[in-house]
Amino acid sequence: MQHSVSIKDLTLAFGNLTVLDSLNLDVDQGEFIVLLGPSGCGKSTLLNCIAGLLDVTGGQIFIEGKNVTWTEPKDRGIGMVFQSYALYPQMTVERNLSFGLRVAGLPKHDIEQRVKRAAEVLQIEPLLDRKPAALSGGQRQRVAIGRALVRDVDVFLFDEPLSNLDAKLRSELRVEIKRLHQRLKNTMIYVTHDQIEALTLADRVAIMKGGIIQQLDTPHTIYHKPVNLFVAGFMGSPSMNFISGKVARDGDGRFTADGVDWNLKGYEFSTEKGGEAGAVLGIRPEHFGVNGAADGMPITFEGEIEVVEPMGSDTVGWTSVAGSQIKFRVDSEFELNVGDKVKLGFDPQRSSVFDEQSGDRI
Amino acid sequence: MTDTTLASGPAGPKPKPAFSRRNIIIYGSLIVICLYYLVPLYVMIVTSLKGMPEIRLGNIFSPPMEITFQPWVKAWAEACTGLNCDGLSRGFWNSVKILVPSVIVSIIIASVNGYALANWRFKGANIFFTILIFGSFIPYQVMLYPIVIILREIGLYGSLTGLVIVHTIFGMPILTLLFRNYFTSVPEELFKAARIDGAGFWGIYFRIMLPMSLPIFVVAMILQVTGIWNDFLFGVVYTKPDTYPMTVQLNNIVNSVQGVKEYNVNMAATIITGLVPLTVYFISGKLFVRGIAAGAVKG
Repeated sequence: MQHSVSIKDLTLAFGNLTVLDSLNLDVDQGEFIVLLGPSGCGKSTLLNCIAGLLDVTGGQIFIEGKNVTWTEPKDRGIGMVFQSYALYPQMTVERNLSFGLRVAGLPKHDIEQRVKRAAEVLQIEPLLDRKPAALSGGQRQRVAIGRALVRDVDVFLFDEPLSNLDAKLRSELRVEIKRLHQRLKNTMIYVTHDQIEALTLADRVAIMKGGIIQQLDTPHTIYHKPVNLFVAGFMGSPSMNFISGKVARDGDGRFTADGVDWNLKGYEFSTEKGGEAGAVLGIRPEHFGVNGAADGMPITFEGEIEVVEPMGSDTVGWTSVAGSQIKFRVDSEFELNVGDKVKLGFDPQRSSVFDEQSGDRI
Repeated sequence: MTDTTLASGPAGPKPKPAFSRRNIIIYGSLIVICLYYLVPLYVMIVTSLKGMPEIRLGNIFSPPMEITFQPWVKAWAEACTGLNCDGLSRGFWNSVKILVPSVIVSIIIASVNGYALANWRFKGANIFFTILIFGSFIPYQVMLYPIVIILREIGLYGSLTGLVIVHTIFGMPILTLLFRNYFTSVPEELFKAARIDGAGFWGIYFRIMLPMSLPIFVVAMILQVTGIWNDFLFGVVYTKPDTYPMTVQLNNIVNSVQGVKEYNVNMAATIITGLVPLTVYFISGKLFVRGIAAGAVKG
């Protein structure tokens, strides 16, 4: 099948600063790809390159099989939604939506129909005569999405569209974008630094750091089988626990650290070697069994509770083992008190082991 | 139940005495500054409404006993400069003929310059901008004579067109800077959105940027109107008596050494000359402040 968007060996440098380095990415038809990463990782830059707003230093970009590396933004078949909405302040919503079509010189009748359809999809029909200043943040972002919608494009590009909204609106609009995608089945490329958005929306997530895609996979794989320490630490809140030690690769594999010697039976090593000189064991806070629940677990240990953080839906407790501080998540009904002894258990099958030096999963 | 009765002692807003030291200093200095600017204006107005006999009494602050508009009429239509005796009116129309085209042309060119520099970072944009800004630091006197030669060579010396060209060029650095800074403050995403919508260089300029930038256009207009209207140096150098702008003519009326010094006519002539910039300020003062605040200072 032909890829919807295909990026080949893309490099972008401003003078000596290389923002994107020989980046490759293939996006399937109708796929929802999220580019996720900390600020400065090049995710927005990549999106701007796809949109044609930045000239690339090297490499090629294909959209729907067409080489668009030198094509003007308007001819690429893309629509873009910006973080700051970027609505034209002096135009009404209706004029905002139709601006691109009017520039393209479409017949009036066509424009009216398309605007009407987009307004229906996004439920902004009552707002058509208002100016952007008279709209709330959520309504403005809806109009901004509408502006991409009316242009009938193949690929939607979202540049942190929800970052300017408050938490409640953000989750509402997030669901709406997901609905929109299920309904339109367009290819969508979505940039964010919010991992919840990435996990909930994406078919596949591309985690970026330093202009390089660290891991490109389904949200589930990224969350449960991160390829390196960066991805493991970036995904998940509260973040993954890391315990430093060494791995001995005999038999099932053994993890040794300050006062612990754990048999990693059940963990699927992905490499033959690694970790002998230094390894990091990563366990997600919610993968611990506590007290009674720890009993059946292959590996158990005891600790004293140092800090308790009630989060509402659940509670996070802090303790230490093998010289590392670790956190574990329990139901909020579970009573945790500072100073109590707890028994914690986990299954190596659900943990991640990384080589300390390279940071890669082993 | 919480106790809602107030305890004794401070409650609610803190009382502010009308005659605190702070207020006296603030209002005192403001009043002094106001007087500094307003007293001369007052003297000018009352003097221009007096007849010569009354002026000779020497009470410059006293209001006119007999109000006469004769000095105003004379200043406008009868005062003599050299051989011409048609007052300031000739200079006024000359100034208008200089002002209107120079303001319009310079603002159009500078706004497009500023827009291109701010949004379309073309190759060499920074060098171009630096040269332009550097140009505004060169004293006018240095360029006076070379421009005389240039105008003479292209046959525009002494004509209004020549002066219009000079004003347009000399307005360029500051106006371009003004527009560039304003357009830089317009969110970049707006510009990107317009490009994705398919608008080109002129499309974005006319349909997105222009409608958003009324305040900065007003600021530019005020700067140019006052600057060009009040200009004396270029006016006296690049024009001939027939085409003298109003300021030069005012100078010739006020400084004429023959006959009696007609203070009332001089005052009236000066006020008439200052009327144009004053009117512009009063009409667009609010927009001026908004435009300055919106981007002229920033950057």
